[in-house]
Amino acid sequence: MRNQLVATLESLLPADERLFLLLGDIGVYGFRDSLERFPSRVFNIGILEQATIGLGAGLALTGFTPVIHTIAPFLVERCLEQLKIDFCFQKLGGNFISVGASYDYAALGATHHCPADVPLLLNLPGMEIAVPGTAREFDRLFRQACFNGRPTYFRLSERENPIGFEVDFGRAQVIQTGGRAAILAMGPALTWVMPAVRDLDVTVLYYTCAHPFDADTLVRHCPHGRLLLCEPYYAGALVPEIVKALSPAPVRIECLGVPRRFIDRYGHAREQDVELGLTPDSVREKLAELMED
Amino acid sequence: MNLTPLKRSILLAAARANEGHIASAFSVLDLLWVLYDQILRVDPRDPEAADRDRFVLSKGHASLALYAVLIAKGFCPGRTLDEFASLQSIFGGHPDRNKIPGVEASTGSLGHGFPMAVGMALGLRHKKSPARVFALIGDGEANEGSIWESILLAAHHRLNRLCCIVDHNHSTDRALKMDDLKNKFEAFDWEALDLDGHDHVAIAKALTREPGERPRAFIARTVKGCGCKPMENNPAWHHRAPTAEELPALLESLT
Repeated sequence: MRNQLVATLESLLPADERLFLLLGDIGVYGFRDSLERFPSRVFNIGILEQATIGLGAGLALTGFTPVIHTIAPFLVERCLEQLKIDFCFQKLGGNFISVGASYDYAALGATHHCPADVPLLLNLPGMEIAVPGTAREFDRLFRQACFNGRPTYFRLSERENPIGFEVDFGRAQVIQTGGRAAILAMGPALTWVMPAVRDLDVTVLYYTCAHPFDADTLVRHCPHGRLLLCEPYYAGALVPEIVKALSPAPVRIECLGVPRRFIDRYGHAREQDVELGLTPDSVREKLAELMED
Repeated sequence: MNLTPLKRSILLAAARANEGHIASAFSVLDLLWVLYDQILRVDPRDPEAADRDRFVLSKGHASLALYAVLIAKGFCPGRTLDEFASLQSIFGGHPDRNKIPGVEASTGSLGHGFPMAVGMALGLRHKKSPARVFALIGDGEANEGSIWESILLAAHHRLNRLCCIVDHNHSTDRALKMDDLKNKFEAFDWEALDLDGHDHVAIAKALTREPGERPRAFIARTVKGCGCKPMENNPAWHHRAPTAEELPALLESLT
């Protein structure tokens, strides 16, 4: 997805003078051409994330559309108040693009993990949250939302789904339909879901936006109220949205996602998937529990 | 210009609302008055003009001074400070840019307004705008790391149409002494000047200087609670409204 980020921005920067790109001293080699071509709009701004968000808000206040890019914990957790006040409270448009996702940097340890990004940002009124599952999906989502005048978070991951979809911002896709349960798979979580369900009588709904949340698609495809929620960040972040969407009908929700604890072992991200139980086998186990009644 | 009527309106508003940072407002009132009276190219009839100068009150808790000046300068026709902090008011304890004409940034969380001013200066330079950007920070606010991050950024990008005014009333000293702020700004490659933050002539003379090659800091020597003797440098008045019993004596003491 990082290569796609460069390709997408490199196609938009010449076309739209409103865009400013601020890199937190990452992606500098990838953006070397843009840094040279647009020295007054593309900056390797340095490693000072809080001021960078504020500076981005100042650009927005003078009519520009900032794109701010760094590693997820430094963009979201360190700058949460800047995102809240400078952008959300002030109702300013800006784009915040992270890399690293929950534990793409597994070997670097907990300082570089960020499974709390989406759950935290769901608490900021007005913050839009996109979780693309492939590079092309990021491109589509970004082009649809980047100039919408609202603060929008794009969560890039090195983990990509084998198959992508023609996604639209804020709209879910129905991947398959079935009668016994429904699965809501967010972004890269679809990778664990699809191998587990092809022979099962279950609906699979594919989401790439946590906010705005497509409640309509969920309501139409979960009449039985049995839902497995699969998220690539801390498990259960979307439960309140789901309960609200399906209310007042009774709902039974099982959650599969990153457990709320520090990941204190290293290795590769795919090894962590197994350690944390984010696998097709876990999907089948959770579904069996959900459908046993 | 005698600002006693503005101070009076601030005291009355705070007493009525039982809210407000009066002493902070009095610390910056002279600076704000001179800015809006003589320095800023802003038009209350067209508060969003593209090439207007920008002012960001980064220490948003001094909002009563900003409101008093904006009202006096005609930015808020039909409004008075009587409504301060009431349920439907546009004038809250901290300024909200989405409610108040002439307010450029919503501030209150210290260390947020100044980075936004840096971004404004960068954006305006890209537009080749003649506008200048002024931000006012507190010396306590200068404890914040984001302030020094922004000072670094402004110097590196040579944002020479940006000015940072520091309300150096020493209220931070009980926690963290900032010592010689002029030297600190200069060490970060800013141009820096000291001035008397209550001397209108000195303020006007300093702020009308043409921009140089670097961003410029004005370290304003101020007195917290200036012009209200019982409040001057009295930390008890940092965030407190006068009682009905206290109010007459405070009004009487205004200079």
